[in-house]
Amino acid sequence: MQTENRKLLAILLLVVIGMFGFGFAMVPIYNSLCKSLGINGKITEANRSAISLSQDNNRILKVEFVATNNSSVPWKFYPTVKQVELHPGEMYRLSFYAENKTNHKMIVQAIPSITPGLAAKYLKKTECFCFAQQALNGHEAMYMPLLFHVDKDIPRNINTITLSYTLFDITDRL
Amino acid sequence: MNPDITAVDHHDDHGPEQGKGFIGFAKRWVFTTNHKDIGTLYLLLALLNFFVAGGMALLMRVELFHPGHRFIDPNFYNQMTTMHGLIMLFGVIMPAFTGMANWQIPMMIGAPDMALPRLNNWSFWILPFAFLLLLSTMIQAGGGPNFGWTMYAPLSTKYAPPSTDFMIFSVHMMGISSIMGSINIVATILNMRAPGMTMMKLPMFCWTWLVTAFLLIAIMPVLAGAVTMMLADRHFGTSFFDAAGGGDPILFQHIFWFFGHPEVYVLVLPAFGVISEVIPTFSRKKLFGYNFMVYATGCIAFLSFIVWAHHMFTTGIPLGAELFFMYATMLISVPTGIKVFNWVSTMFRGSMTFETPMLFAVAFVFMFTFGGFTGLMLSLVPADYQYQDTYFVVAHFHYVLVPGVVFALFAGTYYWLPKWTGHMYNECLGKWHFWLSTISVNILFMPMHFVGLAGMPRRIPDYALQFTNFNMIITVGGFIFGISQLLFAWNVIRTIRGGNKVDARVWEGSHGLEWTLPSPPPYHSFTTPPNVH
Repeated sequence: MQTENRKLLAILLLVVIGMFGFGFAMVPIYNSLCKSLGINGKITEANRSAISLSQDNNRILKVEFVATNNSSVPWKFYPTVKQVELHPGEMYRLSFYAENKTNHKMIVQAIPSITPGLAAKYLKKTECFCFAQQALNGHEAMYMPLLFHVDKDIPRNINTITLSYTLFDITDRL
Repeated sequence: MNPDITAVDHHDDHGPEQGKGFIGFAKRWVFTTNHKDIGTLYLLLALLNFFVAGGMALLMRVELFHPGHRFIDPNFYNQMTTMHGLIMLFGVIMPAFTGMANWQIPMMIGAPDMALPRLNNWSFWILPFAFLLLLSTMIQAGGGPNFGWTMYAPLSTKYAPPSTDFMIFSVHMMGISSIMGSINIVATILNMRAPGMTMMKLPMFCWTWLVTAFLLIAIMPVLAGAVTMMLADRHFGTSFFDAAGGGDPILFQHIFWFFGHPEVYVLVLPAFGVISEVIPTFSRKKLFGYNFMVYATGCIAFLSFIVWAHHMFTTGIPLGAELFFMYATMLISVPTGIKVFNWVSTMFRGSMTFETPMLFAVAFVFMFTFGGFTGLMLSLVPADYQYQDTYFVVAHFHYVLVPGVVFALFAGTYYWLPKWTGHMYNECLGKWHFWLSTISVNILFMPMHFVGLAGMPRRIPDYALQFTNFNMIITVGGFIFGISQLLFAWNVIRTIRGGNKVDARVWEGSHGLEWTLPSPPPYHSFTTPPNVH
């Protein structure tokens, strides 16, 4: 009886350790699923693409731009255009204004997010300030470029896309 | 199970070894490895926590009596919602059922004790310290955790008070406790059954606990993982849930609800087990469809792992996933329906009597089903967009947890208390407790449906003026319900201290091995295994 109990205890403890590991395994599983299916509005390497070759002049899409500061970034940050109407496949260039309102140098990273999430994989960026970290000295300002197009294969039921950027302070992380 | 087996001769029938004075008393309870002692400790801890967390709920109800901030500070209100949820789940329902399992499972399967008695002692004695640690956060600088029991990141990582770390360690301790308790229950049921007690002869309470124990072993480590990631994000510079470092707060919800949904079945399956014991006794019939009850329990446990994202319909998950989780969620109503129909069929044409345990059991079947139906409403994706984060959700889960699970706890306590103590509880007081509770619980939770459908958000210490009347009714119902529970505590204490003696069977219609033992059962029961025909 006692050996049977010990054996069962050992097996169940292994299950416990396995499930603890599974909790952590959910992190890479989640990330790779989201990336491969393009379902949570995250922009991946696949979104960096060359200039579009053809466009669909029969459809018009509305693209809205949103800029947000994380609470730890006291910057002025806004898009120069609030929204734009364009054809799928049409290249569009705009810039975001950023101004460091503090007295010291700060390095930030812009994290993009797209709504609806399923539109994420059709938004192709040729040039984006979010590809690199941005540094500004105290009270310095700049216009940051964004050049993108929406893939013409985008599903017909998507008519409006919201592209949002949030600035995060990464000065301390470097 | 043969009820005619007479009590076996217990050659070493002695009480607990207890030394003199306070030291002797403390030593007895701290070092005990007896399943009955540990069961008692679990149940008393649960009773104490029930009043602590219930008091917190009443504080919230006082604040919500009137619109506007009048009584408590909003931050304190948020701490109350968090603590109320955590303590009610981990400190009341789970320990109470573990206590019943400790008392009942060895007696029901004809075993002398739990399989791993010292582990059993450890799993209980972690708990009081876990709850002291959790409650200590309330008096720390910055206040206690204030982000709800679901601990969503980044509220629990970036914006949380420093005391959150203590909550994280407290959750770790509760997790260790319930994992150890579950391993013990699995080992007891699988290895310690009396000869002839085959798996398909196991009492339903043992079956539901066996499945629950497997669920706990599978999910508590995942919760431990989630809170460990929170801790790492808070202090060790990782970015599991921090978008700035490439993480994703939605990931927290996925991990949490992978734990959280099976957790609700951890709470409700032992309740199903208790009801499946009580209803046949007072209907004087065997449980209808025993085999189907067993399979339905297994089905519910399996389905509980593939429905978690129904808590996250509005996070922007893709349509295909919403449909899958919606249909999987609705599928759970099939095995649950089997259970409800089987209870009703057990009562059908039975010679029913309505002692207090049976009253609570019948009320359970009715009101749990009610909560189940609002759950079906919530499972519909388009409707959920409207109900999400309103008082309708609060009404739904309180209907399944209070007139559902807590009523099953009352039913189980009144049903087995005469066996445990050897004394009959006061039936008149029990009936008062039942009627006051049943009426007030509906005054308390029914109007929450209406204010929820009208758009009153949950977890907010204030509301729009038009909800005032209903909120006043809710608060009044809450206080009647809260005060009625004092009758329960009084009745339990009275019964422990004395009362009319009961025989071994206690109830006319009771069946099973535990009723072959005298009431109260000897300190060491079934030292020679009984034969089950």
